[in-house]
Amino acid sequence: MGEHWTLFLRNIQEFWRTFRQNKLGMVGGFLVLVATLTAIFAPALTSYDASEIIRDSNNRALTFAPPSVHGILGTDDAGHDVWSQLVYGARISLVVGFMAGFIAMFVGSALGIVAGYFGGKIDSLIMRITDVLLVIPDLPLMLVLVATIRQMELKISPLVVLIIVIGLLYWTSTARLIRSQVLTVKERQFVARARAIGAGHWHIIRKHILPQLMPLIVTNTVLILSTAILIESGLAFLGLGDPTRPSWGTMLNFAFDRSAISNGAWWFYLPPGIAILWVSLGCILLGNVLEEMLNPRLTAHHLEGEAGMIAIAEAESKG
Amino acid sequence: MTQTPMLEVRGLFKYFPVHQALLGSLTRRAHSSVKAVDDVSFALGHGEVLAVVGESGCGKTTIARTLIGLETPTNGEIVFDGKAVGARAKQPHISLKQLRQRAQMIFQDPYESLNPRATIFEIVAEPLVVHGMIKDRRERIAAVKSALEDAGLRPAEDYFMRYPHELSGGQRQRVVIASAMVLQPELLIADEPVSMLDVSIRAEILNLLRDLRQRRGISIVFITHDLSTVAYFADRIAVMYLGRIVEIGPAREVLKSPQHPYTKALISVAPVPNPRLRRERVILQGETPNPINLPTGCRFHPRCPVAIDICKVNDPQLIELSAGHQAACLLLTK
Repeated sequence: MGEHWTLFLRNIQEFWRTFRQNKLGMVGGFLVLVATLTAIFAPALTSYDASEIIRDSNNRALTFAPPSVHGILGTDDAGHDVWSQLVYGARISLVVGFMAGFIAMFVGSALGIVAGYFGGKIDSLIMRITDVLLVIPDLPLMLVLVATIRQMELKISPLVVLIIVIGLLYWTSTARLIRSQVLTVKERQFVARARAIGAGHWHIIRKHILPQLMPLIVTNTVLILSTAILIESGLAFLGLGDPTRPSWGTMLNFAFDRSAISNGAWWFYLPPGIAILWVSLGCILLGNVLEEMLNPRLTAHHLEGEAGMIAIAEAESKG
Repeated sequence: MTQTPMLEVRGLFKYFPVHQALLGSLTRRAHSSVKAVDDVSFALGHGEVLAVVGESGCGKTTIARTLIGLETPTNGEIVFDGKAVGARAKQPHISLKQLRQRAQMIFQDPYESLNPRATIFEIVAEPLVVHGMIKDRRERIAAVKSALEDAGLRPAEDYFMRYPHELSGGQRQRVVIASAMVLQPELLIADEPVSMLDVSIRAEILNLLRDLRQRRGISIVFITHDLSTVAYFADRIAVMYLGRIVEIGPAREVLKSPQHPYTKALISVAPVPNPRLRRERVILQGETPNPINLPTGCRFHPRCPVAIDICKVNDPQLIELSAGHQAACLLLTK
């Protein structure tokens, strides 16, 4: 397995070298990284629990306290610490967004590859389903579905419902994109050569089609993540989140319901809005830059490759 | 020849249906098709090199693709080493997968026929992986190494971890050949293996193929549009025109005394190294006819410099002129 590892490291290094030079990409990466780290280390960033009620010296709940009175971002209508809600909300928002995004990416890629590679009736069937899903407006459909599933009172967390509904409805654009790419890749000569060697469908898809699609899939995933987070926020804002585990969207919902705006409590509704903007902007910047970078025709790859070969040869002669 | 031939093609047809517009199918015009290969038969002995020559669009690549099963023939039979290929055949037959273990194809474009995201090792080892042969890691490395070295890429280890884009066209074609030879096939189908390469590299690749043939005794179907490469190492030549073989015979004989007017024209325009030996050139008039609507009678008559009236009516068959030398021309029957 030694050489695979070397190759992998070489690719990573090469990638980083190019990536580092792209300012927008670095900004996007920074935004996403900060959000992710915040979610992971949430307990270390705040001393309060998200559902803990902050009380003043008279033991009354401190409601709508501005940041000057309490903590970093003040308190909400019930006296919860807003900063704590924000950092714990990052966990919910990112987990739901990422999971839904990955499901969408997986379903979309799989269906796109099957449709593009096998063609014929399977292709028509998958593409007609895609058309139908594309025609129905996303948000109302998701609203209805989430609400209906909740009505059924199954023993699943509302967050899981959100993940599944977003994931299983948001694959259409990915499927179309992947399918069109598969259509061009499968006509290339190295696929014909693989067939002439005697390779089966599974081998061809795994070894010849999928590697050509990886850049597209990676890029698309990052872009889908941003959409998934936005949609999750939208659904949560409309009250379909889990009130016991508030995401950023749920925070906005609370702020809206409890007249934070008319009370002038900007510290209650601005931070979650900015956080949503932060992450989705980060994903979009990152996605756009990856798209530019991973297109092999745009890189001076062959020269880099030579340099890499020399580096490996040197490392081997030393070791 | 008492031996069973390595490869025998009997009455091969390959028509590509032309998709008609909705209006066309409504008006019920006859369903048309491109007649890429139209009744082709030939045989190839063990260790023999057959060159299939013809201009672009005459169906030579389609023959190559059909031989290896990339296209299913519309009609006709391909017999490999005495066994019909494909499950449809009733006689002793071999499956496509078995065929592909013993016959390999080399494609025209070395820039396109290698997966850009696979290393050279993966590419050369791929046939072994696909056919589940030589599972032991050390032996597999040894097999890939010897295939690469036989193809003239040495030291082979230097190439293992490289990607195709790091290699030149000639090196890539060597990788393709190494990959084709790693299974030690008995038959090689080479579809214009040198036409995309620089002239300086062509000879090297041709020498390589000739060496492989001499050492391993493999049979080669060599598809080309270039008569000078044919003269270099083919045993027999089949000249194709619009999906049909118009002349077939031993290479020397066909080149020295071509019988079919089309072959004569082809040979007369092939460049000759010695300028003093310049022959009279026969320049064909007009374009190749559309393979959807073939001319009546002899398909070559609209461009034939010696056509007579009967050529517009009668479709000539291959006739035996001397041992193993056949041509399809009505003028030769007299």
